[in-house]
This record gives sequence, structure tokens and C-alpha cells, in this order.
Amino acid sequence: MLETLLSPKEKLKIKIAARNLSFFYGDHQALFDNNLEIPENRITAVIGPSGCGKSTHLRIYNRIFELYREQRAEGEVVIDGVNILDRNVDVLELRRKVGMIFQRPTPFPMSVFDNVAYGMRLHFKLRKSEIAERVESALRGASLWEEVKDKLNGSGLALSGGQQQRLCIARTIAAEPDILLLDEPTSAIDPVATLKIEELLLSLRKRFTIVIVTHNMQQASRISDFTAFFYKGRIVEHDTTTKIFTNPSNKKTEEYITGRFG
Amino acid sequence: MRETDDCIRRPVFFRKLLNAVMWLLSAAGVALAVFCMLWILWSVIRNGAGVIGLDFLFCGSKPPGEPDNGVGNAILGTVFITLTAVVIGVPAAFAGGVGLAIYGQNSRIGNLIRFSVNVMMGLPSILAGVFVYALLVVTTGHRSGFAGSLSLAIILFPVVMRTTEDMILMVPAAVHESSLALGMTRARSVLCIVCRSIKGGLATGILLAVARTAGETAPLLFTALWSDAWPWHYFTQPTANLPVLINEYTTNSPSEEMHAMGWGAAFLITITLLLMNLALRFICREKKHA
Ligand SMILES: Nc1ncnc2c1ncn2[C@@H]1O[C@H](COP(=O)(O)OP(=O)(O)OP(=O)(O)O)[C@@H](O)[C@H]1O
Ligand SMILES: [Mg+2]
Repeated sequence: MLETLLSPKEKLKIKIAARNLSFFYGDHQALFDNNLEIPENRITAVIGPSGCGKSTHLRIYNRIFELYREQRAEGEVVIDGVNILDRNVDVLELRRKVGMIFQRPTPFPMSVFDNVAYGMRLHFKLRKSEIAERVESALRGASLWEEVKDKLNGSGLALSGGQQQRLCIARTIAAEPDILLLDEPTSAIDPVATLKIEELLLSLRKRFTIVIVTHNMQQASRISDFTAFFYKGRIVEHDTTTKIFTNPSNKKTEEYITGRFG
Repeated sequence: MRETDDCIRRPVFFRKLLNAVMWLLSAAGVALAVFCMLWILWSVIRNGAGVIGLDFLFCGSKPPGEPDNGVGNAILGTVFITLTAVVIGVPAAFAGGVGLAIYGQNSRIGNLIRFSVNVMMGLPSILAGVFVYALLVVTTGHRSGFAGSLSLAIILFPVVMRTTEDMILMVPAAVHESSLALGMTRARSVLCIVCRSIKGGLATGILLAVARTAGETAPLLFTALWSDAWPWHYFTQPTANLPVLINEYTTNSPSEEMHAMGWGAAFLITITLLLMNLALRFICREKKHA
């Protein structure tokens, strides 16, 4: 559906395609028949009022919801041509490929260096010098290197909130994923640090496919190429960010982005 | 905007009164607790500190009146008994707690295990003694320090297991989820990330449990009992230990000297626990911002 909306010049490869996706918390159905196509190397923003199912939707992409016995997804999520909800898909490899950053920064209780090296060592067999190189490049990639290069052996918990969140991003990109999922990554962080993270995401766009949930309309319009509007577990509208914010076709979308509810 | 005059105001006085009453009640509770602790501490120090000396710490126990009388054998026996109990009980309980935290949430078997552990925790300690008495003392025909260790391990086990599980579950789900999201397995996430972030609390919880069990007397009366010898035959013979010593010397002996030594042993245990608590506090405070 998305492809038809794009100008032919912008023929994008679809990285993630959710098809007829429904989700249940026990008996409570939280998502209804979601269809969403997410283009490669673009930033897609997911917006919508609280409780509409944004997090729920995102947490299907790396199957993190499987941690909870009573939660279950129906339908398909196709990433690079494979339905990742299929039982045969290896979840550990999936999670390397699809990184996730959470609302509150969650640095591990270890040094800055080890925070980044840990996930890397999990997936790759590396020599010591290679590890150091990759840690540096991940920290540079997360625009954190200059701030922490003198305290690599200090605890990750001793950094500021914004730095901690960038550390989590560095840790995630060190595992060399294709996709970054971010669930309100800046809502617990001050405005200046937020702008830093936004710049960072824009710079990461070349390497990764990024999906970001946000409650901040300015943020969505500043950084995203596409926007999906969720309402009560359904995807009401999905289009280019420009279109959504200037000329939404759905009345609910318009009401939401102009701040009349949510 | 609504005019405040519209509605009837509740008088502030009663809220303030209630607040004052609650404050008084809690202050009284705190004062009572502190008073009891200081009183116990004071009687232990007044009666027990005097006998502490090199003889007392390093000589074995002897019948009253003999020279070089001490409690060294009981100190060593308590160390043997407690350490073995820790070796038997703590690793298994820790593993059980971790397993319960990972696989036992919202599951029937998990709930069954949790229920059993809770019941075990509520059992009077004397039952652990009787149980090991029937299991080991009657069958082998002799009491031993090891039997004492086993009974203490049985008391230790449920406490450590629940402490471990509770502590793990207190860690915000986001920590566990974010390590899973990096591609860790659940076991690795819990052992390497979650437990690491609470290691100070876990160590405190486990050590407090150990410290409390180390003072259990009832199970030792059935198992290790008492001996004037040094505990070299820990596996096969009754073994000296501090709790039973306190019990015997203070209540079962007519001799003033033994009363004093009983108090001395009580003093020793109290001071050891106090120091252990303080040390743990110090270590854990350092860990927080390191
Ligand atoms: N663990 C859970 N158990 C049961 N229901 C849940 C659970 N988590 C979320 N829900 C329900 O699913 C629906 C969607 O929740 P979700 O967290 O995905 O919303 P959201 O769009 O991310 O909201 P927010 O913007 O507040 O983060 C809500 O109705 C919520 O009550
Ligand atoms: Mg959410």
C-alpha cells in the first residue's frame, strides 16, 4: 500500500512488513489486523494516544513479548522475506538483527567498555584488539566517544541519562543489527540530550532501518520519513511524514496531531 | 473556576490531629524497638565482655574449676557446622531461586514449589532437628556435627531461595528485557545481568539468613549436641558449638564460672553479627555508585 504512495524515483525496498497482525494479552485483544510496511534505511515514526498499542506492535518485531506466557501474536511479520513469527526462526539471531532501545536507559551494571563489548562478544568471536576497535566505532557511531573515552572503565551507571541512552544505542549497534526499534527513547531525557539523540538517529539512518515510537509530534516531524498513526489497536493512517503532518486524510489523525486529544 | 465558598470546607484541625497521633504512634514504636535492642546489647556486654580473653577464645572447654578453661572448641565447631551448612544449602537454594524467577512465573509447578518453600520457611526449627535426628542420627547410631550442618541447611534453604527469587523479581523488567533484546538467553540475562545488578542486596540477604541460622539452637540439640573435645571428629561424633554452649552453661549449670562463660559466648555471637552487618552495609554502600 505504501509503495503506491511513493514517487517512482523513491522506489524503496520494504524491510519489515506486518500482515494481518493481531495481538492478545490473555483474553484482551490489543492489536487488530495491523498492516504496515516499513521501508529500508528510513525512519518510520509510530504515533498515537496512550494505550493505542504502539509499544505492543513494536515488541512483536523482536519477539520480546514471548517472555510473557500469556501474550500471543497472530498474523505475520516478514523481515527480509522471512516470517519471523515462524517457530523455526532462531530468536537469538533475530534479536541480534533487530535491536531494541527502551524508554528508560538500561545500562548494565558494568563498565562503559563492557556495556558495549558484552553484546558483541555474545554474537561474534573476536580478538581483543578487534573488540577494542569495534567498541570505539560503536561509541563513535552513537556520538558518545568524545564524552566517555577517558572513562571507559568507569561504571555505565555513572553516566547522565542522555549519555546512558546513547550507551544503550552503542551497545545495540555493536551487535550489528539491520533494524533499530526505539520505544519512546527520549521521554525520560532532557531537551538538549534529546536533540543529540535525534541528530544521532538521523546519522544512523544510512545504516539502519529505524522505527521509533514517540509522543512528541515535533520529534516525529523533525526526524521521520514516514509516520504511522495508531488508534485503539488499529493503524488508522500510514503515509509520508510530510503528508501526515500537513494534509492527513483521516479525521482522527488530524485531531490527534493538532492536539485535540491524546 | 469554581468559587471555594461554594462548598463546605473540611476543618484542617482534625487532619493535623490525626497526623500528630500517627507520628506519636510510630515514634513510640521506633523508641520501643531501639530500647529493646539497646537493653539486650547492654546485658550481653555487661555480663559477657568481662570473660573475653585469650584463654577464653583459644582454649577448649573443661569441667568448671580447671585452669585454662575456654570455648575455642565451640567457636571452631560453630564455624565448621555453619560453613558446611552454607556449602550444602546456599548454592542449591540460589539455583532454585534463580530457576523459580526464570521459569516459575504464572506456572502451576512454580506456584506449587513456592507454596512448599513458604511452608518450609514457616516450620519451627526444632522440626528440622527432629527430621535429621530420624534421618541421620538414628540410622547411623551417633550424633555428629555434620548432622547439625544438615539441619541448619534445611532451615537456610527456603529463606535463601525466597530471598533470591524476591530480589530478582524486584529488578525492573526493562533490565531483563534489554539484555534479552541484545540476544542473550534468559538464563544468561538473569545470571550475568540481573543478578549482577543486585549482587550487594543478594549478598546481604544471604549473609543475614546465614547469620540467623548460625544461632539456631533447637536443631543442634538433636544433632551436634555438645562435647568438650575439639571438633576433629565432626562427621562422626557430637560436636561443640556456641548456641548449645550458651543453653547448657547458662541454664543447666550451677557454677558461676560457667554462667559467665555462657554470657561471654552470647557476647561473642552478638558482636560477630553486629560487625558482619556493619561490614555489609559499608560494602554495599560503596557498590552503589562505583
Ligand atoms: N502487560 C499487559 N497486560 C495486559 N494488557 C496490556 C499489557 N500491556 C499493555 N496492555 C494493554 O494493551 C493496550 C496497548 O498498550 P501499549 O502499551 O501497547 O500502548 P502504547 O501505545 O505503547 O501506550 P503508551 O503511549 O502509553 O506507551 C492498552 O490497552 C494496554 O492496557
Ligand atoms: Mg508504550
